[in-house]
Amino acid sequence: MIRLEHRGQHSQTMLYLSPLLAVVLTLIFGTIVFAILGKDPLVALYTFFVMPLTNLHGVSELLVKATPLVLIGIGLSIGFRANVWNIGAEGQLTIGAIFGGGLAIYFHDSDSLFLLPGMIVAGIIGGMVWAAIPALLRTRFNANEILTSLMLSYVAVLFLSYLVHGPWRDPGGYNFPETRLFPDAGTLPTLISGTRVHLGGVFALLVVFSGWIILSKAVIGLQLRVVGLAPAAARFAGYNENKLIWFSLLLSGGLAGLAGLSEVSGTIGQLIPTISPGYGFTAIIVAFLGRLHPVGVLLSGLVLALTYLGGEMAQIEIGTPAAVTGLFQGALLFFLLACDVLTNYRLRIGATRAERGGVA
Amino acid sequence: MNGLDQLTPIILTVITASTPLLFAALGELVTEKSGVLNLGVEGMMVIGALAAFAVTTQTGSAVLGMAVGALAGAGLALIFAFLTLTMLANQVATGLALTIFGVGLSALAGTGFVGIALTPLQKLDIPVLSSIPVLGPLLFNQDVLVYLSFAMVFAVYWFLNATRAGLILRAVGVSHASAHAIGLPVKLTRYLATLFGGLMAGLGGAYLSLSYTPMWAENMTAGRGWIALALVVFSTWRPGRLLAGAYLFGFITVLQLHAQGAGFAVPSQVMSMLPYLATILVLVLISRDKIKIMQNAPASLGKPFHSAK
Repeated sequence: MIRLEHRGQHSQTMLYLSPLLAVVLTLIFGTIVFAILGKDPLVALYTFFVMPLTNLHGVSELLVKATPLVLIGIGLSIGFRANVWNIGAEGQLTIGAIFGGGLAIYFHDSDSLFLLPGMIVAGIIGGMVWAAIPALLRTRFNANEILTSLMLSYVAVLFLSYLVHGPWRDPGGYNFPETRLFPDAGTLPTLISGTRVHLGGVFALLVVFSGWIILSKAVIGLQLRVVGLAPAAARFAGYNENKLIWFSLLLSGGLAGLAGLSEVSGTIGQLIPTISPGYGFTAIIVAFLGRLHPVGVLLSGLVLALTYLGGEMAQIEIGTPAAVTGLFQGALLFFLLACDVLTNYRLRIGATRAERGGVA
Repeated sequence: MNGLDQLTPIILTVITASTPLLFAALGELVTEKSGVLNLGVEGMMVIGALAAFAVTTQTGSAVLGMAVGALAGAGLALIFAFLTLTMLANQVATGLALTIFGVGLSALAGTGFVGIALTPLQKLDIPVLSSIPVLGPLLFNQDVLVYLSFAMVFAVYWFLNATRAGLILRAVGVSHASAHAIGLPVKLTRYLATLFGGLMAGLGGAYLSLSYTPMWAENMTAGRGWIALALVVFSTWRPGRLLAGAYLFGFITVLQLHAQGAGFAVPSQVMSMLPYLATILVLVLISRDKIKIMQNAPASLGKPFHSAK
């Protein structure tokens, strides 16, 4: 009989060991999955997790994919600390891309230096606007932000589809559902020539740093942590819960909007019906795997970016379906949540001391 | 009379659109009544849809398909129950993981089933009665899952309100500490309630892939699991109101399809937003009354329970 015994206090070691353990378990799980699919597990694992990183192109693509994950993951992790569950980042990312990208499409013949900064601001505002709806509905009408933010994701993606199929379709684009290409002045500059690594990566690093400052130095960071760890204490201390909900949602929404803008302006270069392979949802895993800590989010963003790259690589090299990525991501979160129990509890096998009749 | 005749097919499609929601939401209602918040309904539904479709196309038996679909949903629910009830993992995070995992697993396992057509679930034609005009086709010519979904509404109502086990389940949901103190099996109750939620979500998914759109497509649940979660709040955890809610949403879905078919000048994407927007609206209308939610929601919903804390 497996039992859980309370440790009495948090185990710091397990807190950091648990993500590593989860990654190892995911690799074992992956071995089994590949074996079931009839692939040589060693070859498959190598193709999935190592091969993408063996050349500059692969490493640069890793940074490209980690950028939106880290941007969104930081925002989510700050909200999750306060038990504000924004799971609609995918929608906020989409609206950010629409707001920022819309500016590029409207001023498509502009070469103004102000276009790009304007787009960045518009992207952030777009994400914030979309996140403000669940914030308003939660604080004013008590509506669960998990469900409202998720429903709004579907709405946002449909809205983007409407725009690129309809009013914003490229007039010279042979009826393809895509907008015209953004002008150079509306494109995030590439950092390393020959790759797609763009300025968005720098934003992500800045956000990691700012996130760390907010959580460790700012008063609101402390309040967010207290609300999450001890809601009753937060009430006694007179913290304004609604303010924290607004702060969490606007911050995570704005960052998701920035991620969306940097995707369309840095990586894609135009608006198309699908601008994200689920970054907004994967960022939830990034936040948890990174222990809701900015530096951890940076590292786990790279890990999850690798699952996207590995999935593509395995698809090309050994013909596994693209869906393997989603399966691994889900499994990783499962293993992590299971391992996390060990931060607060010990696993004990066998009867309790009392049951054995022993004296403690 | 002519008007009524035209109405019949519309009502028929409302029934098919409502049934998957009703199944999934009814299961989640029971799960939540025991104090467990399983946000993985979408994942359990999509797995149920694939399993039912795969088994039905392979064996030719829709009944077997439904059974396996339901069991597949319960299988995922078991993972959830183990993580949240035995390992005390956070229920919100685990539910999200369940959805991500379910969508990923079904997409992977379902690659070989894309594009295969299936004859929709047979209607049970009850002789004589089904030839009554209007009412006949509506009441006496549905497939077995539709009848089952209605039967389950009554069964759940009866179970929760008139049986001892139902009383135990509600007690566990209101206060696990008190329930444990008087010797009720908190963990076992929650395990069973969660598994029941999985079975029902799996059946809802099975209905989607066997009857509503008899085929398999990646992510074919399209958010219905989440809508089901909202429906549980809308129902204030009462099976009767849940039935009304599921049919309201079925109606909105069909309304949107018919409006598109009738060539309204509204773009199809905007029409497709309707069910999601309606979910938000309904959620707001119900949730704004904080006291009502507090009186009806299971008091220990989403809280972990460890007997030897």
